[in-house]
Amino acid sequence: MIFNILKPNKKNIQTYLAIGVSLLIIGFIDIFSNTFLNFNITGFFPNIISYLSPLILGAFGLYFIRIEYSGNKTLNTINRNLNSSNFNAILSLIVIFILIKYVPSILNWVFFDANFLGSTKEDCTGDGACWVFVRVWFNRFMYGMYPDAEQWRINYSFLVLLGSIGSIFILPHRFKKYIILFLLFIFPIIALNLISGGVFGLKWIETGAWGGLSLTFIVSAFALIFCFPIGVFLALGRRSDLPAIKYSSIGFIELWRGVPLITVLFMSAVMFPMFLPDGTYMDKLMRVIIAITLFEAAYMAEVVRGGLQALPRGQYDAAKSLGMGYWRMHFLIIMPQALKLVIPGIANTFLALVKDTPLIFVVGLLELAGMIGLAKTNPKWLGMATEGYVFAAFVFWIICFSMSRYSQNLEKKLSTER
Amino acid sequence: MSNIIELKNVNKWFDKFQVLKEINLEVKPKEKIVVCGPSGSGKSTLIRCINRLEEHQEGSIIVDGNVISTDTKNIEKIRAEVGMVFQQFNLFPHLSILDNCTLAPIWVKKLPKKQAEELAMENLTRVQITDQAIKFPGQLSGGQQQRAAIARALCMEPKIMLFDEPTSALDPEMIKEVLDVMVDLAKGGMTMIVVTHEMGFAKEVADNMIFMDEGRIVEKAKTNDFFENPKSERTKLFLSQIL
Repeated sequence: MIFNILKPNKKNIQTYLAIGVSLLIIGFIDIFSNTFLNFNITGFFPNIISYLSPLILGAFGLYFIRIEYSGNKTLNTINRNLNSSNFNAILSLIVIFILIKYVPSILNWVFFDANFLGSTKEDCTGDGACWVFVRVWFNRFMYGMYPDAEQWRINYSFLVLLGSIGSIFILPHRFKKYIILFLLFIFPIIALNLISGGVFGLKWIETGAWGGLSLTFIVSAFALIFCFPIGVFLALGRRSDLPAIKYSSIGFIELWRGVPLITVLFMSAVMFPMFLPDGTYMDKLMRVIIAITLFEAAYMAEVVRGGLQALPRGQYDAAKSLGMGYWRMHFLIIMPQALKLVIPGIANTFLALVKDTPLIFVVGLLELAGMIGLAKTNPKWLGMATEGYVFAAFVFWIICFSMSRYSQNLEKKLSTER
Repeated sequence: MSNIIELKNVNKWFDKFQVLKEINLEVKPKEKIVVCGPSGSGKSTLIRCINRLEEHQEGSIIVDGNVISTDTKNIEKIRAEVGMVFQQFNLFPHLSILDNCTLAPIWVKKLPKKQAEELAMENLTRVQITDQAIKFPGQLSGGQQQRAAIARALCMEPKIMLFDEPTSALDPEMIKEVLDVMVDLAKGGMTMIVVTHEMGFAKEVADNMIFMDEGRIVEKAKTNDFFENPKSERTKLFLSQIL
């Protein structure tokens, strides 16, 4: 009987709304005063109840306003999205309360209490983050130990890269092929020569001096370009009918997937030179790029193989029945479909690759995160680790998020479902 | 007239299980043969052996003067001359209908793109789906997809067409539009081997009927004789159930 009375319904909608909304308001006042005024209005309750009081009040409040087909559009929307059952109501409240409690303090640290101006650690007087650290070291974070006077070379390469990627979208469709060929084959050579120098009267800058975000880009870009085709061929190799190719592909993939990247990098730096003939020398950076490329290619191979296995056998039959040989069948029919299926997996591997680049610190190469690690140990800037790594996280997030968005767009664009 | 397809004592096993037993078959140019039989009798395997989508272990298969062997170049040459239509259509879903039709002529027969497109449009007109040319397979009905698949095979200008239960995956009302195209093709003088349960179609176009059971050709006869007075008991039983 009592439950029937307490069950909200349309008849007494005004009463229930009034009770529910006022309970909710008390709950929110409680959490606000707790968070911002340091005053607990439910302090007279025992500890645990006082702690949970906003949640309890809010849950009852939401219970009373959960009126189906109330005739009020806003109320229905709220009920449908936040308040469809007691459990969902409590979940909604917990999420909202967490946002209220923590988002303002994070915003304060990042923006409102943060210091942006100045040139030394002592200029940071506020309670928040000391972005002066990032500003002062910004040049090093971007270019590593690359000499200031020569940094235009990196900038120029990067601008050409951005320009040619941009022109893919602007120029007519028929130029697209040439720009992609330029990006894949000519641009890397130009950029490499320009950045390392030693030709056309440019000053030679050894790879040990490269660093910062530009090194992140260089390592990622080369590894991305090369790991993809190697992965595709390994995937085909693993499904080959020829035992020699099949088992060497399996061996390669399982070997590289079975070892941690950090040991691969160590070996590339320490052990690999021992196998080289006397007098030959291979640059440390190049060895590291090769190591990362082969490592990620093994993962790429398994991703691509997943796509190959998802294709129905009929596609192979149809391609064969039209007289296509192995390569035509795979590159005209099978691969386009298999790769489209595994775009999320490919994007995953690419993101992992970009985020794996900081590990090259083990061989003494310092990209963005590595440079931050170095800067924070500077005696004048001790205690700046948080700011530095938050900055690194932000930069990596921007890179990875844009790659992820691009892959989602690609998926949509290539979709031929109706 | 010499035979365009000749199978002599063909045997095939899947592991230990023998799917084809002592198959002998001769097909003359422009001949239409309908193969029927219960499921699992080896009908599909038989025609898939003719363009070597399946490998046979014993006997010889000669297609248009070429002995089928393990030589891949030889197999590709034979496949380019033998068109095939599948139960599940097997159109390439990532390409438009027009591209489905032009892909093999351009890459296998090295036709110039323009010529391949003209040929494709000609064949799409023949199967009456010209207006669907720029759509993707996923946007077409089953009947339209199967007709597109026939057009795709025709674009290679094959001498022989193999049909592997072309109407079994279709809704009843779409079966007719596909059969009409096949009847039209038969009247045009194409050599055809058709695996189907559509006995009306068989009576209309087939020169010879083949009945298979348990991997053997149980009966091969002129179409009229096959339906009027079948010789073996097994055929009679099958026909009584299907008609």
